Amino acid sequence: MGRALAVIIWILTLLSVSLFFVNKWWFPTAISSHAAALDRQFLITITVVGLAFTAAQVGLGYMVWKYREDAARTRATYTHGSSKLEVIWTVVTAVIFIGLAVMGQSVWASLRFNDAPAGSYQVEVVAQQFQWNFHYPGPDKVFGRTDPKLIDDSSLNFIGLDETDAKAKDDAVHSVLAIPANRPVELILRSKDVIHNIWVPQLRFKQDLVPGMAIRVHFTAITPGKYELACAELCGQLHFKMKSYLLVLPDDELNALTALPQDQFQTRVTELLAKYPLPAQP
Amino acid sequence: MSGESHEAVHRHPAPTSFIRKYIFSLDHKVIGIQYIMLALAAVLVGMTMSVLMRMNLSWPGTNWPILGTLFPGGAPGGAMNPEFYLSLVTMHGTIMVFFVLTTAPQGGFGNYFLPIQIGAEDMAFPVLNMLSFWVTFVGFIVILAAIFFSGSESTVGPIGGWTGYAPLSALGQIAGPGQGMGMNLWIISIAIFCVGSLLGALNFITTLLNMRTRGMSLMRMPLTCWAWFTTAVLALLSFPVLLGGGILLLLDRLAGTSFFIPGGLYVSGILSGTNPNFPVHTGGSPILWQHLFWFFGHPEVYIAILPGMGATSHILATFARKPVFGYRAMVFAIFAIGLLGFFVWGHHMFISGMSPYSAMTFSILTLSIGVPSAVKTFNWLGTLWGGRIRFTTPMLFAIGFVSLFVAGGITGLVLGQTSLDLPMHDTYFVTAHFHLVMGVASIFGMFSATYFWFPKMFGRLMNESLGKFHFWVTFIGVYCIFVPMHTMGIVGMPRRFAQFTEYEYLKTLHPLVVFVSIAAIATVLVQIVFYFNLFWSMFKGKRAGENPWEATTLEWTTSSPPPHDNFAGHLPVVYRGPYEFAVPGAANDFVMQTQPEIAHQPVGQEGTSGNGHDGHRH
Repeated sequence: MGRALAVIIWILTLLSVSLFFVNKWWFPTAISSHAAALDRQFLITITVVGLAFTAAQVGLGYMVWKYREDAARTRATYTHGSSKLEVIWTVVTAVIFIGLAVMGQSVWASLRFNDAPAGSYQVEVVAQQFQWNFHYPGPDKVFGRTDPKLIDDSSLNFIGLDETDAKAKDDAVHSVLAIPANRPVELILRSKDVIHNIWVPQLRFKQDLVPGMAIRVHFTAITPGKYELACAELCGQLHFKMKSYLLVLPDDELNALTALPQDQFQTRVTELLAKYPLPAQP
Repeated sequence: MSGESHEAVHRHPAPTSFIRKYIFSLDHKVIGIQYIMLALAAVLVGMTMSVLMRMNLSWPGTNWPILGTLFPGGAPGGAMNPEFYLSLVTMHGTIMVFFVLTTAPQGGFGNYFLPIQIGAEDMAFPVLNMLSFWVTFVGFIVILAAIFFSGSESTVGPIGGWTGYAPLSALGQIAGPGQGMGMNLWIISIAIFCVGSLLGALNFITTLLNMRTRGMSLMRMPLTCWAWFTTAVLALLSFPVLLGGGILLLLDRLAGTSFFIPGGLYVSGILSGTNPNFPVHTGGSPILWQHLFWFFGHPEVYIAILPGMGATSHILATFARKPVFGYRAMVFAIFAIGLLGFFVWGHHMFISGMSPYSAMTFSILTLSIGVPSAVKTFNWLGTLWGGRIRFTTPMLFAIGFVSLFVAGGITGLVLGQTSLDLPMHDTYFVTAHFHLVMGVASIFGMFSATYFWFPKMFGRLMNESLGKFHFWVTFIGVYCIFVPMHTMGIVGMPRRFAQFTEYEYLKTLHPLVVFVSIAAIATVLVQIVFYFNLFWSMFKGKRAGENPWEATTLEWTTSSPPPHDNFAGHLPVVYRGPYEFAVPGAANDFVMQTQPEIAHQPVGQEGTSGNGHDGHRH
């Protein structure tokens, strides 16, 4: 029984670890400037995790293989432990675990401990149940006034944009997020109703949109293309369908787009969505 | 503390009527079994829901005629609609976390064995104990009521996940299906559950501190008692916060307050304050709910697993025929986990909009909690090392616990890091992590405890062959279910999605999704063997004597099952620590805690010398 259990533990360990080597089932190729460091930190961490997991399971298997009840020994070893060992493994794990935690802060700090660089490309994101609204400031780079009292979904004023405000004249609101490549982007995240979460796997980026708050986040996308954008916080019945796209565009294409008036903006985004294919599946 | 005074104060006569004996019993043993029965009923509901969820995820849109018949609203024509799925998610999580993982390990086995293991005749407050069970039972009835009176034809409960994030959970019917009466009942059920758990926690703490028998010093207690004690302290400090939060949430829903609802919301085409269905709200904070919930929610994880850790330590030592390795370190580790458990709740909220500096602090504290967890693992391995392992069913499950605790716990190193939470948050990586560690590992601890203590509770042994079959399939099954979920999370599969068909990047995962579902259904089916074994053995199992496992602690010094006052009027006196196995020079390879001195046999005689080399004693 002990040998069978040891073998099963080892086989499960081998199969579990090998699953993490299947290329097809790994992160999608990253497209943001912070992703390289993040992926490296993940690789370091998952390597430590894999080694510790394997060591513990191999050790466990070894114990049950070796120390099964047999006739050769009439008694188990009588010991209550070893203070020396306790100190060693406490210190070693503390150094590794807390070391990983400290290392894991650098990407976080680069994204969250400072404001977006001056001149970042800004988009206001207004989420609502099962729909994304992206508010572009237009060529004047200033967002028009919005007011919840002006929101009227039935007349398609999803974000409550005040049409009488001069700064709102050139604004565009669209269900697709278009951002420039290789330029810092600042998103101002709002929600009209419940908590949502903006999640693009290729960006390695996720953030809640909380009603009553305007959360500012920033990042830089590198690779032009079209990517799926999901809601990652349970927001109700059709949460799984709250989908949009992220378009990362070369500068000229983006500048041409943002210069367009609202109606042409819509058409152009549709064209761009058709132009860029989704990333190939591994 | 003298045994005599105990007897005088706490003796109560055995009840004779059926109702006082089995229903409104004051006997901690009956109450313990009531809690276990409650958990056994609740886990059936929770497991059935998980099977329905897996069916929907792997074969979306399929028409299951039986579902159409049973749930004409939720699965019209037999195909599950998304709100039905999401209500399953919510109810599965709630029922499993509260009514299974919090009842059986603590209220069940803790109630039954903590008094016996410390040599007491009952809990300190038997009436409180009875109330704690029946309050919990009412909570269970209310959560079941949420299935049938969800306020929506198409759901079997509210939609919110077990975390019930506001304002989705606070807005009421206006926020969509699953936000009506079912959500009220869900909150009320949890509030009632909090009260029941508090009553239980007070009792556990008082009993353990005041009612230990003569000689039972703290450091002579079995590790199970340390685990139940620490769990009770966690419950005492964390449940009131959830109770408070729940009351505020209910007020937001029913009394028009704004604790969690900010101003200016526009929901389902209606602006706050412009319609009687949506009163004016202002000034609330959705993040406040998350702080209150997780201040409870994270300690809750340890409430679920600590008793399993205690049982595992206890059972590993018993069947390795060896003292627990590093008893003192194990006690400190339990304390460290309990203490640190209160300082890490923010790791559920890195991307909630909370301050990024708080997130960093919570992150570092979170990875620190891995240290005592690792220390426990090392000591379990140390306990097996040099042992003479008897592979009984409880031992297999205890070893399984160690394996699964490592498998599930170790990925906390990924999730606890702020940066890595960016891709991992709310994906199946999280689902895999907490299911393995707080779900499956805890349940393995309870399986182990069930097979181990069943002969004491019912006087008969469970069937070993069925037990071993149950172990092998379940052990392999849970690895097959939950390891692939990590991979899904790495690819970026979000949790709480009713279907994955909308996203191209998730299509590559379909074979894994189907594989997991098949493994889940097979694993669930095998649990029938466990249920059969349990109830069949109660009546037909092999008779167990007082001490079938040759164990050392006090529960094995009394009859099986123990009499109403546990020790038939003679409180035991304790002379030594709980795990004196393989003591050199002793007549047997185990020395009971009640044995005054170790009987020496002539040296050199077969089977008596032992081979211990390290007599280091605490």
